Amino acid sequence: MNKKKVFVQGNEACVEAALYAGVDFFAGYPITPSTEIAEQLAYRLPKKGGKFIQMEDEISSMCAIIGASLTGLKSMTATSGPGFTLKQEAIGFAIMAEVPCVIVNVQRGGLSTGLPTSVQQGDVMQARWGTHGDHSIIALTASNHQDLFAMTIEAFNLAETYRTPVILLFDAVIGHMRESLIIPEPGELPLVERLKTSVDEKTNYHPYLPREDGRLPMSDFGGVHRYNVTGLMHDMWGFPSTDPRVAYILMHHLYEKIEGHVNEICRMKEFYLEDANCILISYGASARSALHVVQSRRARGERLGLLELQTLWPFPAEAVRQKCERAMYVIVVEMNLGQIMRVVKRAIDDPNKLFLANRIDGELITPQDIKNMLRMIYGKGV
Amino acid sequence: MSVKDYLRERYMPHLWCAGCGHGIVMNNLIRAIIDLGLSKNDIVMVTGIGCSSRISGYLDFHTLHTLHGRALAFATGVKLARPELSIIVPMGDGDAIAIGGNHFIHAARRNIDVTAIIMNNSIYGMTGGQFSPLTGHDKKATTAPFGSIDHPFDTVRLAMGAGASFVARTTTYHVTSMKNILKKAIMHKGFSVVEILSQCPTYFGKKNNMGNAVDMLNDYKTHTVPIGSKKKKENPDLIERGIFVQEEREEYCAEYEMLVKKVKKE
Ligand code: SF4
Repeated sequence: MNKKKVFVQGNEACVEAALYAGVDFFAGYPITPSTEIAEQLAYRLPKKGGKFIQMEDEISSMCAIIGASLTGLKSMTATSGPGFTLKQEAIGFAIMAEVPCVIVNVQRGGLSTGLPTSVQQGDVMQARWGTHGDHSIIALTASNHQDLFAMTIEAFNLAETYRTPVILLFDAVIGHMRESLIIPEPGELPLVERLKTSVDEKTNYHPYLPREDGRLPMSDFGGVHRYNVTGLMHDMWGFPSTDPRVAYILMHHLYEKIEGHVNEICRMKEFYLEDANCILISYGASARSALHVVQSRRARGERLGLLELQTLWPFPAEAVRQKCERAMYVIVVEMNLGQIMRVVKRAIDDPNKLFLANRIDGELITPQDIKNMLRMIYGKGV
Repeated sequence: MSVKDYLRERYMPHLWCAGCGHGIVMNNLIRAIIDLGLSKNDIVMVTGIGCSSRISGYLDFHTLHTLHGRALAFATGVKLARPELSIIVPMGDGDAIAIGGNHFIHAARRNIDVTAIIMNNSIYGMTGGQFSPLTGHDKKATTAPFGSIDHPFDTVRLAMGAGASFVARTTTYHVTSMKNILKKAIMHKGFSVVEILSQCPTYFGKKNNMGNAVDMLNDYKTHTVPIGSKKKKENPDLIERGIFVQEEREEYCAEYEMLVKKVKKE
């Protein structure tokens, strides 16, 4: 096969994947370090007849993709740091109104304006809980461009399958680093297209009545079915309701449609886990350093393994518990103050065997940082 | 078709107070749409949050009831995605001009073909009567118990300054001209703004001793004049109504289509 091999930034790989997945609408606002995604799509989308718009702010970008998605277009936005915070209200709306869309967050350093051109992974919990009220969310990540390509397509597929916003939680290192990427042939990776209602014009269409399998067929805005979409609690017609039963059922549905499918949704990669007595758990750019340590220690005969998370939310708690069952030590490697570490702590049987190797100064965590933690655990001192 | 054919009766009774001006706006908006002969399937109504924004639930179009202030941002997405649809965005004054002010001026600047209707009751009704950017100096509200020290926007001048290609003002007293203005606004190719002074007897009226709904409607009759009227020169406090701007300008989605044609050729 004559595959197309390119040497690109992670942000460009994300654009290639979005186009492969069939993105037809992008709205965004410039922000470091995700801007290349908007720049590339401003060039690529008009060429295929897709829509690109630079909005007046981050908030309106998020709102615009929800509006576009309701008309049937695969829609996405991209942002970083403060921009992700500004989008949270509308992300909540998309969850509540069950509108498929993809939000890329190329994480940068620190809180507030922080370190705009540096790297951290500090938005893990904001991806989970950034918008107000109880809810569930899907958030994916990747540690190299080939995976980033696959996960971006997965994001579009999951958004359509579960009628929900999906967050791609990349980081500044992955977004800006250049490495080679093989773009798959069309048709090589499966794409999920929107599930449309089979109900005809004359029959009542219930936009919020799940089928037996839990999925909700959609009808495009501007089509033959006229219905109401709202961020208020609503019944199967999409009409506001304060009935406690309606609220209860909807809250459950929105949560369960994701948390009840953890096994179908979650992706992870395993390296030397079979006999590992020390397991590193990592994701994104941190997983590159973690893998380096595991491979070099294996070469010396030490039984290290790596569990690389590709789905952060919903969190695959049961899978993580099982995989860590026999390990003596579990070390979470991440670039924050332990956001995934605390989730792992709740998942595994013995929290006393858990350690954190992290970095929060805007620099990429190095293999040496992880090795220092190993020395400490093994009682060798730093 | 009658007005009733456009209502979702399943969702009645509506939540507007007796005497609220918003029902008059809804009635005349429906009449304008009937006159224009638009198909219900071709209309998308997008609203934000507030008393006025509930209008989308009651009408049988494609309706999108969104976030406070963000209706025009959602509407921009819908319109750019499907330019052939007619987009109508009724908003309240706080919704459109306070929290939604940024989206308002940028939608106007782009001249995107959306009809923005600002149902201006000079108050936040849904939350119980707090002052808005259109309440006015010395006027009272629950958050301005001693009278507001904030000066109001002039919505018409704001819309004109931001680049809207159709700008009009009317009131719930002047129903015939309201219907005609709405018809022209909906048919206008570009961003159209219609400010409709709409009474809130429950909060704005009560707080400012303006009497009941009928008294407030009478105020609209006596305190407004057609654009260019001699009376306005004698009494600058009178508010002008009518069509202030109506001009042909390149519309945003049409420009985008031209851009696509151009780059596809390259
Ligand atoms: S509070 Fe005022 S604006 Fe709201 S429904 Fe009542 S009268 Fe109308």
